[in-house]
Amino acid sequence: MEGRGLKRKAYYARRIRRAARLLFYRRHRKPGVKGWELRRSLGSDYPKILDILDDYLDKLGLQIKTVFEEEKPTEKPTLEQLDKARFYVTLKGGLESKEARLIGWRIDDIAGLAIAISYIIAKKGKAPRQEVEDLLRVKLPGWRADMNLQRYIRSGYLAEDEGGQLYLDWRTRAEVDHDKLVNLLLGGEELKQKILEEIDE
Amino acid sequence: MASEKRPSKRLGRERLQRIIDLCKSVEERGLDPFIVDVEDLIAVVREYFPQWELPEDLCLDAETIHQLSSVIKHQSDWVKHRSTSLYTDPFLLEEKIRRLSGGELASLFIRAWNPIVEMEQLSLRGLVEALSYWQSLLPLNERWAKTITLEREMGAATREELIKQRIMAEKAFSEELEALWTELRERTGKGGKIRYWDFIGADTYEETVERAYMTSFLVTYGYATLEIHRLEEEVFIKPFEKPESLVEKKDVVSVPFSIGEEDWRKWKEGV
Repeated sequence: MEGRGLKRKAYYARRIRRAARLLFYRRHRKPGVKGWELRRSLGSDYPKILDILDDYLDKLGLQIKTVFEEEKPTEKPTLEQLDKARFYVTLKGGLESKEARLIGWRIDDIAGLAIAISYIIAKKGKAPRQEVEDLLRVKLPGWRADMNLQRYIRSGYLAEDEGGQLYLDWRTRAEVDHDKLVNLLLGGEELKQKILEEIDE
Repeated sequence: MASEKRPSKRLGRERLQRIIDLCKSVEERGLDPFIVDVEDLIAVVREYFPQWELPEDLCLDAETIHQLSSVIKHQSDWVKHRSTSLYTDPFLLEEKIRRLSGGELASLFIRAWNPIVEMEQLSLRGLVEALSYWQSLLPLNERWAKTITLEREMGAATREELIKQRIMAEKAFSEELEALWTELRERTGKGGKIRYWDFIGADTYEETVERAYMTSFLVTYGYATLEIHRLEEEVFIKPFEKPESLVEKKDVVSVPFSIGEEDWRKWKEGV
């Protein structure tokens, strides 16, 4: 009886290690792994294996993020929806100001990204490039506004269609908590004060 | 009896086209759909509807209704979105963005930002595999040596040989096109026309395909034009006396023709 339990434990331990490797190392042009790839490599109970791995990662301040092909299902996702979804490992709980420096982005670049993303969210997910550029030009020189937008598009945060409309792309869907961002932006003076104190520190 | 003055058809077409453009711009540019006064525009469509007789005008009318219905759908979505908690007033947000400094914005953003974590690392196993691959890889000069074919003495090829090997055409393309144009003018006479299949049809299927291919250039380059009788399902080709430039014409369309072997056989048998 005990032997069967140990075997089961070893089975899951092996699969959790394999899942971690699949998720951490990039295998395609874009990071992350599709659900069907995980199913093929880990077996049909891969959602359970990911749950256990997520618990491990939580202790390290990381999480497994699931990005569904369409909108996030309101109820428990079906196996078909999970198969089509993409799974990533992301940081959990956001960064502290000091940590942001470690990412290698200039503060101007992060602020510009914040502006572009939140403006597109406010415009129901689609905004003309010209409007976003104008908004960036309020605080950045023209050449930089254009260069930054190109960088956001190249990195997968934004996408542009032939009509010059900007959309949120796969990386924003994977990395940015939309609701939280808008709430933070619309938050009161108290929150702003707290952030200013953090900057001063 | 005073007759009621009817609005002109030309004006009607222009107005419907303007409505379509307005509806499209709302959709494409993400504008507020409520800038479109649907009721007023429906009245315009209704005003002109009794005058439409031609299929083109009826299509324009249907397209206008279709575009207006898209705008109504957008208006409905807009109301639904505004009534949910997800709605954020873009003006309010824009104002907030303008007031915050770069540093404040960046600090706010990183609280909602969870960057993807990735690793890049060489493993010992990967290194061993790569080394073994490297050892089994032949040097470039050896790999390339194998692909070199037998050497032959250099010499000059005649024009006939090149034509035989289909490297060179018997006639220059422009010469061939001119010859075909002359043939078309001769067969139709001044201001005449000829059935498309009667012109391209030849003794063999291969020759027919070649003639159809060259005829397509006659039309594209403005040496001739096609006359399509849709109801009778007949196509005629009509030469121009002088080549016409089609570049500036906006209503240039492509017409695909199927030149199947079965079609050729039917033509040959006179079916």
